[in-house]
Amino acid sequence: MSLSISLTINGQARTVVLDDPRVTLLDLLRERLDLPGTKKGCDRGQCGACTVLVDGRRINSCLSLAASLDGTEVTTIEGLAEGEALHPVQAAFIAHDGFQCGYCTPGQIMSAVGLIKEGHANGDPERIRELMSGNICRCGAYQGITEAILEAQKASTEANRRDAA
Amino acid sequence: MSLDTASPTARRHGSNAGQPLTRRDGLLKVTGRATYAADNHPDGMLYAVTAISRIARGRVTALDVGAARAHAGVVEVLTPANRPPLAHDPDEKMPPFGFRVEVLQDDTVRYVGQPIALVVAETLEAATEAAALLDPQYEIADARTDRSNGDRFGLAAVGIGAPPRTVHGDLAAGLAAATHVTEAEYETPAQYHNAMEPHAVVAEWHGDRVTLDMPNQAMALSCAAYGAYFDIPAENVLIRSPFLGGGFGSKAILNGPQILAILAARMLKRPVKLVLTRTQMYGPVGHRGHTWQKLRIGTDAQGRLTALHHHALCATSSFDEFIEPAANASLPLYDSPAILVEHEGLRLDIGTPGPMRAPGEASGSAALEVAMDEAAVACGMDPLEFRLANYAETEPGTGRPFSSKALRECYLEGAKRFGWAGRPLEPRQMRDENGFLVGWGMGTAVFHCPHFPAEARATLRADGTALVETAGADMGQGAWTALAQIAAEALGLDPDQVEFHSGISTLPDGGIAGGSGHTASAGLALNNAGEDAIAKLAAIATADPASPLFGAGNIGVVARSGRLHRIDDEGRSESYVDILARAGQAEVIGTAKAARDPAIAEAHAMFSHGAVFAEVKVDPDLGQIRATRLVGAFAAGRVINPRLVRSQYFGGMIWGTSFALHEEAVTDRRTGRIMNADLAEYHVPVNADVPSLDAILIEEDDPYVNPLGIKGVGEIGITGTVGAIANAVWHATGVRVRRFPVRIEDLLIARA
Repeated sequence: MSLSISLTINGQARTVVLDDPRVTLLDLLRERLDLPGTKKGCDRGQCGACTVLVDGRRINSCLSLAASLDGTEVTTIEGLAEGEALHPVQAAFIAHDGFQCGYCTPGQIMSAVGLIKEGHANGDPERIRELMSGNICRCGAYQGITEAILEAQKASTEANRRDAA
Repeated sequence: MSLDTASPTARRHGSNAGQPLTRRDGLLKVTGRATYAADNHPDGMLYAVTAISRIARGRVTALDVGAARAHAGVVEVLTPANRPPLAHDPDEKMPPFGFRVEVLQDDTVRYVGQPIALVVAETLEAATEAAALLDPQYEIADARTDRSNGDRFGLAAVGIGAPPRTVHGDLAAGLAAATHVTEAEYETPAQYHNAMEPHAVVAEWHGDRVTLDMPNQAMALSCAAYGAYFDIPAENVLIRSPFLGGGFGSKAILNGPQILAILAARMLKRPVKLVLTRTQMYGPVGHRGHTWQKLRIGTDAQGRLTALHHHALCATSSFDEFIEPAANASLPLYDSPAILVEHEGLRLDIGTPGPMRAPGEASGSAALEVAMDEAAVACGMDPLEFRLANYAETEPGTGRPFSSKALRECYLEGAKRFGWAGRPLEPRQMRDENGFLVGWGMGTAVFHCPHFPAEARATLRADGTALVETAGADMGQGAWTALAQIAAEALGLDPDQVEFHSGISTLPDGGIAGGSGHTASAGLALNNAGEDAIAKLAAIATADPASPLFGAGNIGVVARSGRLHRIDDEGRSESYVDILARAGQAEVIGTAKAARDPAIAEAHAMFSHGAVFAEVKVDPDLGQIRATRLVGAFAAGRVINPRLVRSQYFGGMIWGTSFALHEEAVTDRRTGRIMNADLAEYHVPVNADVPSLDAILIEEDDPYVNPLGIKGVGEIGITGTVGAIANAVWHATGVRVRRFPVRIEDLLIARA
């Protein structure tokens, strides 16, 4: 069987013919669309390594069937930087050493971008830690992750304020 | 594939060893461009999925291979009936570190999770579903799952070749001389590495050569081992491991599933990718073995140790031995006239354990540090005062000097930063503003300093930049960054002028990335290769009448900022670019093989040390435990990059927190099945679980451990932390829990 879906991935409209209805968004990205930046850590929605944004919201791409995503807009780690200019969250992760092995990092960063967009946790490290707890980092880079998000959130709030003014 | 670690200078700062540079691979990692093994996708690639045993002991009597083969997209199903031969017997160990492996050699089942078939298909979905169609039938034997039914046995060695029993002094006399003997048993559970990146391999054969994209902590050893399995020379095995998504010891040793995938690729003449599922990582790729540890600590009226006895019963598999060298943690730390440490093995129907971050020290220190806390209580002494009273000025038993030991400074600085002074001796004395019980505990951290032979090459180029190369592994420690800093310093260059290549087996052997010894081992090789290149450059310059350095050969030159300077007259200097240009040379190449001087090693005890202080808060009604504050002070020789070192300490302290309060594989004693073989039920700390962390880097100058004075930092953070947290729980509640992890129910049951 085959099934065709149309979706936007990292700003690019794509029509994808699915060879199999069992394909998850994660395996679509990694194994069929040459976007391996999104990582598989558990394939069960337990670790967050596969986090991407769908229509601006963070989701576990391993739990999402590709066939159900017709018409959506997907952003992955590969689509975050504008050319060579890093997204503020990416730059903050480097500055605060918010990763070690780097494997959970794409998921952490996408989750952080989603979190900042949600606007829940302004400036409150405890809330950030709670709202980032769907993303496991086995290396234990959590302190840097939290500091990086605090900094990026602050930068984003200030940028919004400037835009509003 | 070489690793491009060039990153914009604007995002980095500092210029030399000792500076807190950000990671050279940071840009690749935050943009998703860092390539891990399973990210590779060669043309024509097939997907392999293992089917695993659901019983712990017995035989597979039937597999529905027909159903699996009939599934659309399936290319091959490997079982013991058709598995092609291997040149090395998988039931024989592979020296020096290789374990026996389960590669479909027969129908025997030795643990839950053992591979019993390999399905290869055009897509991952097809292979996964076909593996589920195999419907294995078993002949089931009773599983040995616990101390009550496992087989105890004596040991020839523990860990990797360490002695199973060590005696110093007269234990019986020491115990007889004691005014008090503290005696207790401690239990630590089986733990699984659970690196975020599952074990993976993409194997592609070209005739009798194979390319393996795989995470690997020991490339040269692995090439030799794969060569032996596949009957090809080691140099025909190319391993590419530019990034590892965590290793923690589990990616240093060959395992069955990866061998099977490589075999399938050769058989089918197409590239094959295999990625273990999370559940499949609970069995064939090692774990930290379950231990039961008995400690006896004799103390005199002044609170001085008279005897220390540490016995560890350690679980291993039915068919191979890796014995957690837990009791050896009691050897190097506390001064006692009599010390006996000993180990005993316990055979269970489980996958073979292996080295997991701080093997031996983590489990052993957990027990020792709680026992020391109990002994301090028995002596009516503050736990820190008690440890200072038993401070070992030389190595206990042997009297060898330590190569360096700034542990006293760690104790004092850590206590000061934490605010330890004034801690009440009695438990249940402190509450916070919400009524939670507050407790403070501490533990000593210790880790030995191994050094692996390693090689490196440094090429100074005509444009004044350099290329440095060694086949090392960066699994998150920051090796790419710290090693490049060391090389840059040896070459007298800024790190940004140094291109660093690593992570591929064709480069000079970088040794093993394990035992917290990689920075010292590969670093020394890089340093020496850099010095060799500089010496060759100096020979050119000092022999050249046109050089301002002409004739300075006997006086010597120093390399700094891309120039050679006369030692006695720094104003006389010449740039690398000018020296090479005039000599008409495109480059000079320095090489080095480096290892530890055995005479110096024999004469000294070499350890990193530290002290960890913990605060916990416990809900008095619910028993819920939160670690709220951890302060660690560590002395580990020379620090190359304090930013990365601090991150290693934090990671270790979080592992210690996890050991103390979270992680444990729970086995169903009837079936031998691990009931929580996934990341939802096997608890590792998430962000909200992690306390406020502070790591203090204590200065330590070590002239003996290696010429660079570098010790290891990757594992020591776990040690000390586990005991500190458990001791803080006692201090908060008055309940002494001797089984890890400490659980809510332990506190509730004790209270009831």
